[in-house]
Amino acid sequence: MTTRAQRQPLSLRVFAIAFLVFWMLLAAFPFLWTLWGSFKVEGDFFSKADWANALFGILTTSETGGAFTGQGYSGAWIQEEFWRAALNTLLVVVFVVMVSLTLGTLGGYALSRSSERYAFWLLIIALIFRAMPPITLVSGYLPPFFQYNLWGHLPTAIIVLVAINQPFTLWMLHSFFKNIPKDLDESAMVDGCNRFQAFRHVIIPVMWPGVITTGLFSFLLAYNDFAVTAMLLSKENQTMVPKIASFLGTTQTKGNVMFAVSAVVSVTAPLFLMILFFQRQIVSGLTAGAVKG
Amino acid sequence: MKHKTFFWFVFPSVLAMLVFIALPILSVIVQSLHVEHEQVIIEVENCGPFGCTQSTKIDTAATEALRAAQPLGRWAGLTTYFDRGHLALAEVSAAWASADGIGDFLGQLMNLPFYKAMAFTLTYTAIVTPLTIIFGFAIAVAVNSVARMVRGPLIFFTLLPMIVTPLVGSLILFWMIDARGIIGTALQWAAGDPDLSVKASTPLMWIMLMVYGVWHSAPFAFIVYYAGLQTVNQDTLESAMIDGASRWERIRYVVLPHLMPLTTFIALIQLMDNFRVFEPIVSFSAQAHATSLSWAIYNDLGGETRQLSSAAATSVLTIIGVSILLSPVLIRTWRDFARK
Repeated sequence: MTTRAQRQPLSLRVFAIAFLVFWMLLAAFPFLWTLWGSFKVEGDFFSKADWANALFGILTTSETGGAFTGQGYSGAWIQEEFWRAALNTLLVVVFVVMVSLTLGTLGGYALSRSSERYAFWLLIIALIFRAMPPITLVSGYLPPFFQYNLWGHLPTAIIVLVAINQPFTLWMLHSFFKNIPKDLDESAMVDGCNRFQAFRHVIIPVMWPGVITTGLFSFLLAYNDFAVTAMLLSKENQTMVPKIASFLGTTQTKGNVMFAVSAVVSVTAPLFLMILFFQRQIVSGLTAGAVKG
Repeated sequence: MKHKTFFWFVFPSVLAMLVFIALPILSVIVQSLHVEHEQVIIEVENCGPFGCTQSTKIDTAATEALRAAQPLGRWAGLTTYFDRGHLALAEVSAAWASADGIGDFLGQLMNLPFYKAMAFTLTYTAIVTPLTIIFGFAIAVAVNSVARMVRGPLIFFTLLPMIVTPLVGSLILFWMIDARGIIGTALQWAAGDPDLSVKASTPLMWIMLMVYGVWHSAPFAFIVYYAGLQTVNQDTLESAMIDGASRWERIRYVVLPHLMPLTTFIALIQLMDNFRVFEPIVSFSAQAHATSLSWAIYNDLGGETRQLSSAAATSVLTIIGVSILLSPVLIRTWRDFARK
């Protein structure tokens, strides 16, 4: 329902729409352009002669016979073994999400149910830890990891990512659990459950919306990480993002920028699908901390 | 909740944070106070048919043994902090003494790696944070004013720049602003200079990095403000209108006060995130024009020789920077809590 207070003069409406069109262009165009260009040859993607070549693929047609080519993709995925990096990313992401949610739900629940001073301080310390740039921690990991031969393995990176993820997970789940009424688990405890049973039988069945939202953000953190995975994983265990960074070093000289372009599109695709299906959860997650206090 | 139950519930998560966040911070501090052992040099006498000569050579075995015995290296105190790669006290005082005018002094400072990184990090944080807030607010107001039906797709595309991996998002922009890319070509055409290249110009590179920063974080500010706009009290707006408040006055006295706490929240998160700016510098290969503190650490750690002490010292300085940024928030939280 539109009230009078919301009604706007025409000029303002036109201005708002023009601004939105401008922003949509800014937000969406780079992705569409790169997606389109990833099916061209390098001469078209970076067309010095005429920018319209990138649209119609003049050089692509003369070099490969068709206006679209999958050369970049086959080069990246098969020749440069990007599938290995994709597999590593899958492993890292699945385990990071599972472990950090398990630890986070237990901790977040306890924090939401305790009014003691130390619970407050724990949250503040978590906030300080959240502010630490991950790369500063990495220089602390390297010497012990080399010494105990932990460097380069996927489980090491997974545990480190879980830990770096904890402050955020704790905060988010803490605010979700705060919205579940205390009476629910307290009445279960009156009926003779202990705290853990109350958590197990009463809280777990109703916590899933919050856990899924938090899981999405844990996923993003693990999937998007560059600092930790680039420094802690050996070459054969590399995940997708550091692999793309290493493409940049080696392929620019070989003239195979298209490998990197198609790898970039491949990395973006799952994120695209994720927003498509979980838009509501992402929006609610981003605002949970802010609006509810 | 009983203390004991609380303890067992938070134990795994606290343990993870202690071992992988708190301990590394301590380890970084300790490490920054040490430097790697120097190579053990021994003198050997080479005797040939024309007499004996003294020469020095590196005793590899002894060096290895020493490094194994004390993996931290030798105690160096604060020397790493004051060397040329970090606070560069000697160079700064020399520049101060020799410089004619403040501009020249600042110019000389920019040649020192730490001050160069610090200058970019601070400029980036100071410019990108307010722009993000303003831009995000503008998008939120605009989206809020159009028909409900188109809001879903609008939000979808708005989220993209934020959700996409920073390294990947900045690469996508970088390829477009390349001299052969579409924006790069458009810039050359607009400036009428066919040799214009973002990669070759320091000011353009700084601007592009900041444009990327706003592009990447404006959606976050948008989402928070958009949610805030949904909860503005319509009755208050209406009564303000009946009292004769103009559109501007309604925004100024009803909507903006409602959004103020959100602005604090966004500013806090953005300050933390912008201060760690790192990935765009890697993607833009901008290190010749702009470096950041995080990039300096990454650069020390990667490469052929891992300069752990140097990286550790920069890390400690970065952590101090983050603490200074956070301190107003922490002091306020402490006051709020003490009042309760």
